[in-house]
Amino acid sequence: MNEWLYVALFMIVGAIIPIGAILAGAILSPKKPNPIKQSTYECGIEPVGDAWVQFKVQYYIFALVFLVFDVEAVFLFPWAVKLGQLGLYAVVEGIIFISILVVGLLYAWRKGMLEWS
Amino acid sequence: MDFLNDPLKVTAEWLEGIFGAWGMNAAFAHVLVVFLGVLLLLVLLMVVDIFLVWMERKVVSRFQDRIGPNRVGPYGLIQPFADIIKLVIKEDITPNGADRALYNLAPILSMMAVLMVWAVVPIAPVILGTDLNVGVLFLIAAGAIGTLSIIMAGWGSNNKFALIGGFRQVAVMVAFEVPMLTMLLIPTIFAGSMNMNAMIQAQDKIWYFVISPLGALIFLIAVIAELGRAPFDLAEGESELVAGFNTEYSGMKFGMFYAGELLHAMTFGGIWAILFFGGYRFFGLEQVSPFLAAAIFLAKALIGYWIIMWVKYTMVRIRIDQMLAFNWIFLTPLSFVLLMVTALMNALLRGTPSWVYGIGMFFSNVILAWLALEIARSVSRKEREKIEGAKPLAEAHH
Repeated sequence: MNEWLYVALFMIVGAIIPIGAILAGAILSPKKPNPIKQSTYECGIEPVGDAWVQFKVQYYIFALVFLVFDVEAVFLFPWAVKLGQLGLYAVVEGIIFISILVVGLLYAWRKGMLEWS
Repeated sequence: MDFLNDPLKVTAEWLEGIFGAWGMNAAFAHVLVVFLGVLLLLVLLMVVDIFLVWMERKVVSRFQDRIGPNRVGPYGLIQPFADIIKLVIKEDITPNGADRALYNLAPILSMMAVLMVWAVVPIAPVILGTDLNVGVLFLIAAGAIGTLSIIMAGWGSNNKFALIGGFRQVAVMVAFEVPMLTMLLIPTIFAGSMNMNAMIQAQDKIWYFVISPLGALIFLIAVIAELGRAPFDLAEGESELVAGFNTEYSGMKFGMFYAGELLHAMTFGGIWAILFFGGYRFFGLEQVSPFLAAAIFLAKALIGYWIIMWVKYTMVRIRIDQMLAFNWIFLTPLSFVLLMVTALMNALLRGTPSWVYGIGMFFSNVILAWLALEIARSVSRKEREKIEGAKPLAEAHH
């Protein structure tokens, strides 16, 4: 049988268990909503404005830096698997590839992108 | 082949025989049997999870010089069941203006992300979900779903604390994903496979911890950050953000986040054991019986989990700028250098006897760790002197 079927079953059962638990809670728990209870929590003060406020742009920048390295993993995993059979040439080539990434990281660092200010 | 040597296969064949006798389609019967097996494993995991709640509370109280739960049942063992009953009958409050789809989906995904990981975790040589040939990659993919659930919870709650907590957690997770990915490459290089079971099989001579201690350490740090546990628990910094991304959650939805976190910690303890400590291997004992192998794996997973708890209850929380700087400026470059060194040493030492290989690998790691610490120390000294002005050493101890 296709092994991805197992993964699919794990996903399905893995979703059923929390759904079941939450449904059990929904059935057994009391339901007495009122506006004060449902207002969002802000240390007891009435919420000011919308919660979806502007946030720090730095989060985006860090996510962008991450994206570079995340994509790189796709290339490095096949390299790592076959490294034992490829010899020194492939090792050096992999090192050059990683060095390019590190240079990218250094560039981001020098540009001050990695500073939280 | 009898039950004691391969329990899953024997049971599966027996059940398929029964279903076949009922006149069921063979393929359907097989899927049904696998479904039942998966259900059994995951329900068992949930039971383990319930006791993890007890264990975590007991351990934290010992660290803080308390006794912990000790009233409900012997040693407070029934306490988590009382907690569950309480969580189930708590009113489930959805805050005003919450994005209902995201708000309700987040706790489910948080739990599912953990349970999915167990599809590729080999518990014993013959007790495993599936021998996926891209097991390590699957691990990362399933981990990303956990990240997603936290963004959804933070964004969907319509609460500023939750939003800030969610953003912080995502920043932590994406940052530490890089050293974690890189450290996953090291066992991959040694084993020549991304299959988790093959990695354990390849550790028959020596645990990967011995030939890559620095890799194991960096992986542990990255895992703790991925889990969002102290010292990286910025997402739920309770002294500043109430409860972080799960501020608005109550009842069983909160319970799912909580249970998911604990199970996640134990799962990663197990994965750490698989990648660097030989998984279910323990000096040939795993050959005796798959049940013994499973017990060994569970023991190693719990030891890993205990180390994660030990770190959590010993360290103080660090600020987000310190944490991101620690990752991007120290841990990420170090893990890349370690990867390059490992690849190079692995190629150079391939033909040598295994003791030369082991010693060479071990010392290359130790030297690299020492160099990294020295560089970090001198850089931070320069930074400090820039701020405080140079001080004679004797005065620095005020």
